[in-house]
Amino acid sequence: MSYEPPITDYDEIVENCTCAFCGCNCDDLDYLVKDGHVVAVRHACRLGASKIMEDMDQRLIVPMVRGANGELEEVDWDTALDTAAEYIAKSVRPVFYGWSETSTECMKEGIELGEYIGAVLDNQATICHGPSLQAVQNAGYPIQTLGEVKNRADMIVYSGSNAMNSHPRHMGRYSVFPRGYFRQRGRFDRTVVTMDPKFSDTAKMSDKWIGFEQNGDYGFYNAIRAVLKGKKLTQNVVSGIPAEDIYELVEEMKNAEFGVLFFGLGLTHTLSKQRNIDIAIKMVMDLNRFSKWGLTPMRGHFNVNGFNIFMAYETGFAFGVDFSRGYTRYMLGETNTIDLLVRKEPDCFLVIAADPGAHFPNGANQHLADIPVIQIDIHWGPSTELADVVLPGSFIGVECAGTSYRMDGVPIYMKKAIDKPETCRDDEWIVRELKERVMKLREEPNVAPKYVPNPAAE
Amino acid sequence: MEYILKNGIVYDPANEIKGEKKDVCFKDGKIVEDVSAAAKEIDVTDKIVMPAGVDTHAHVAGPKLVLGRLYRPEDSRRGVTQKTKNERGESGFSIPSCPTTGYRYSRMGYGTVCEAAMPPLEAKHTHEEICIIPNIDINPLTLFGNNWFILEMARENKIDEMAAFISAWLKITKGYGVKIVNPCGSEAWGWGMNVHGYDDKPPYFDVTSREVVRALAKANEKLGLPHSIHIHPNDLGHPGNTNTTIETLDSLKDIVKSNSKAASVRDQIVHCTHMQFHSYTGTNWRDAGSGAEEVAKFLNHNKHVTGDIGQVTLDETTTMTADAPMEYDLYQLSGLKWVNADIECETAAGIIPCIYSPKTPVSTLQWAIGLELFLLTKDPWQINLTTDHPNAGPFTRYPRIISWLMSAPKRISMIENGEVHNWAEKRTSLATLDREYDFYDIATITRASNARVHGFTDRGNLSVGSNADIAVYDLEPNNFDPSKDPEAVEKAFSRAKYTIKDGQIMVQDGEIVSTKPSQVLWTNVKGIEDQEKAVLDQVMPFFTQYYSVKWENYKVHDHFLSNPIRVDVEMEGK
Ligand code: SF4
Ligand SMILES: [Zn+2]
Repeated sequence: MSYEPPITDYDEIVENCTCAFCGCNCDDLDYLVKDGHVVAVRHACRLGASKIMEDMDQRLIVPMVRGANGELEEVDWDTALDTAAEYIAKSVRPVFYGWSETSTECMKEGIELGEYIGAVLDNQATICHGPSLQAVQNAGYPIQTLGEVKNRADMIVYSGSNAMNSHPRHMGRYSVFPRGYFRQRGRFDRTVVTMDPKFSDTAKMSDKWIGFEQNGDYGFYNAIRAVLKGKKLTQNVVSGIPAEDIYELVEEMKNAEFGVLFFGLGLTHTLSKQRNIDIAIKMVMDLNRFSKWGLTPMRGHFNVNGFNIFMAYETGFAFGVDFSRGYTRYMLGETNTIDLLVRKEPDCFLVIAADPGAHFPNGANQHLADIPVIQIDIHWGPSTELADVVLPGSFIGVECAGTSYRMDGVPIYMKKAIDKPETCRDDEWIVRELKERVMKLREEPNVAPKYVPNPAAE
Repeated sequence: MEYILKNGIVYDPANEIKGEKKDVCFKDGKIVEDVSAAAKEIDVTDKIVMPAGVDTHAHVAGPKLVLGRLYRPEDSRRGVTQKTKNERGESGFSIPSCPTTGYRYSRMGYGTVCEAAMPPLEAKHTHEEICIIPNIDINPLTLFGNNWFILEMARENKIDEMAAFISAWLKITKGYGVKIVNPCGSEAWGWGMNVHGYDDKPPYFDVTSREVVRALAKANEKLGLPHSIHIHPNDLGHPGNTNTTIETLDSLKDIVKSNSKAASVRDQIVHCTHMQFHSYTGTNWRDAGSGAEEVAKFLNHNKHVTGDIGQVTLDETTTMTADAPMEYDLYQLSGLKWVNADIECETAAGIIPCIYSPKTPVSTLQWAIGLELFLLTKDPWQINLTTDHPNAGPFTRYPRIISWLMSAPKRISMIENGEVHNWAEKRTSLATLDREYDFYDIATITRASNARVHGFTDRGNLSVGSNADIAVYDLEPNNFDPSKDPEAVEKAFSRAKYTIKDGQIMVQDGEIVSTKPSQVLWTNVKGIEDQEKAVLDQVMPFFTQYYSVKWENYKVHDHFLSNPIRVDVEMEGK
């Protein structure tokens, strides 16, 4: 890494901006602004800083519609919005997917449109922490805010999460290094354990690395629970970890004053999926008989948690909410985006602030190639290649203000620092325009003539 | 627009109107003396007319609610309905979605609801939800009882400073008043512990619950806030907690009520919430009994206290409270899925599903104690109807509770037919109580007193100049005996004939006919700006070091407020 001299040439500093990258939602960034562009970012990690500073890299600037020749062609906003609205209005099984990198204010417009037309609203949880949400519904959810971790925690465990690379400031700002009220010596007052088959960068920073076997997570946590319940392990080695190491670890965990388990996709996406999280949650609950323990899923996008929270207060369900029948349905494996696409149900797909082209399995993307796709985003990506209408949005937390929810549920109002490119529009505006245009094109389907109470709630 | 509600039987306890046949006029959202001949006439001949309901204490918006919904899709599914022209689809039984919450309160004839626990760090979340709830106004209470700054100020007995802090934090969080939950106990929970009794201290903070509560009460009166301190005492749900409850309330009787204009509306200097959960005798659940008699006696002799009940409704529900250690106790008892959510430097929260079964002794005991409290407390102005929604049951059960209160035969038959466990008879006096509430009493405990407790003058009554928040119920009190027909009472109060909010007809014949955005009520103290600034300067270094957000991003920006109603309080002198 070469030395880069500090930027001294700027017009103004905008303080306390919030990073729109990972679920850490660092809200202490200073943007150095020159000629309406962020030329430097203070306090952010490299991931956050590069996203903010290279905002014009592969930027979607103008609305586009795929023409008869199969190429995306630049059009004016009216044409693009009308085309998109027509696709939505004509569809019978639209899916609105994404939302994790936009504001709750924009989601508000989205749900109004979704409820009106009868769409499925879903977010990236369906491909990332969905198993965690499922497990939470099975087992519970003992959590705490990140400041609580900073002030109290003396034992930090990362499981299936390489925070050093995925959430670079997590350890520095919240969990491991900061001086907390009861942890005045910061790092020296905490024991850090990484549980991961890989000797990751996070493992390198830790006091202890538990390199259980691939897919050995369930067995390993099961063994910990057994020991916590006073049982003796019958195997000498569990999931590749010697029994005596497990006994030792359990003792340490029991003796912690305040422990926190942070877990990532390494835990949600191995063989046992949500069962891994189930058992991790139950382990944390068991540990509370001895000391104080909590956990937090390492949410990836800065507002992936926000969408789940938003949908839960609007509809009662966190993701994969299907309005097609005029009432809410939520059925994992049935009303989630991938399942719907693989079954080739959707006939129109709106993707906002997400990149299914890059992240979805092939089968799902194949269906996307066959149906109209509307993309609202700020950058070009594989999804642009699938899109029939491209609507260039603006950058929340930089060009546009909005609310997001950190991985621990703390809401943050991300402020605006610079103006967006003249030809772009705010996400919220775009979705509102789509809503209003769709409402003109089609009468609301599936409206009951009269309110019928649900007998189960009487 | 002018309206006249014709020939209703009016119950308006604030104006001592006890079932008089009267017209009620309103114009441009306010109650007026008279209207012109052009007024639209609504015929409600012989039907019950009351001010719209005011809920003293419920949990309807905020992070706890969302965690509940997120982890209990089985509850959300229980209430799903199809959208109509006027209504979005509903969901939920004990933890309805935000739109559902508004519709259901509206259908019951309610107009205002107090959200009883708003953690400052996540106040934006509470306000975001309030924005989504239609048809009712909401006054959120900010949590102070385990706030580190408050604990320190209480330890040093710095009442002036604490008053300035509260005033500043109400502005920052856009809160209405001071809520205290298990003082010191939720802080102790930071280490997996609890405090026991009123004179216990949490680890590391050299201050007792008593010191914190007394200091907050004094600071509250120093500011002259419209609402008194609102307390959920220590030891909730523990057999034998009656002593703690009475000790807590008794410790506040020497505190002088403010003579500010805002504070003069209310009578109390402390409001004790969900008293049912705090009125147990015994040492464990095997020998537990009712402390209702003792607590009611205390209320009957101490006018500085008001309370609400937290009546158990015998349903499957979801408990959620900032009393996180108590929720952990429940988890250990039931083993059901447990949520915990600690919030740095401020508070904690816990959630757990709960099945109050009439077949079990403990649920029945709780049910009976709640009713005993209603029936043994002499002055209905001192007691408010709540279920501590959703803790003891969902708010949609208020009509059923009303029917129990109005019918002694109904209560007796539940006991005698074995509809409830025999502990109701063996361990409480419920079977011997034949008092029955009349409609005037019901109006008192569901609107008039509730409004007075919160210091509202513009609602909870039908005085000229008040908001036209009115409920009409399809019962003819002059031709009807509620004691004999509890089912009809429940039905009528479940679906108002009319619900009128700010002069707008929201419900007609039990159906939502229109909606309006909620309004949030918050308290703005004027006159101690300098002291506020001083206290902010003082706490800032600590805040910067130990919170996980920047100060600039901590406050609730105006952007989050749903049509705010700012309640100004003038601080006189210093
Ligand atoms: S840790 Fe995450 S939120 Fe913080 S600066 Fe880096 S990318 Fe942004
Ligand atoms: Zn409560």
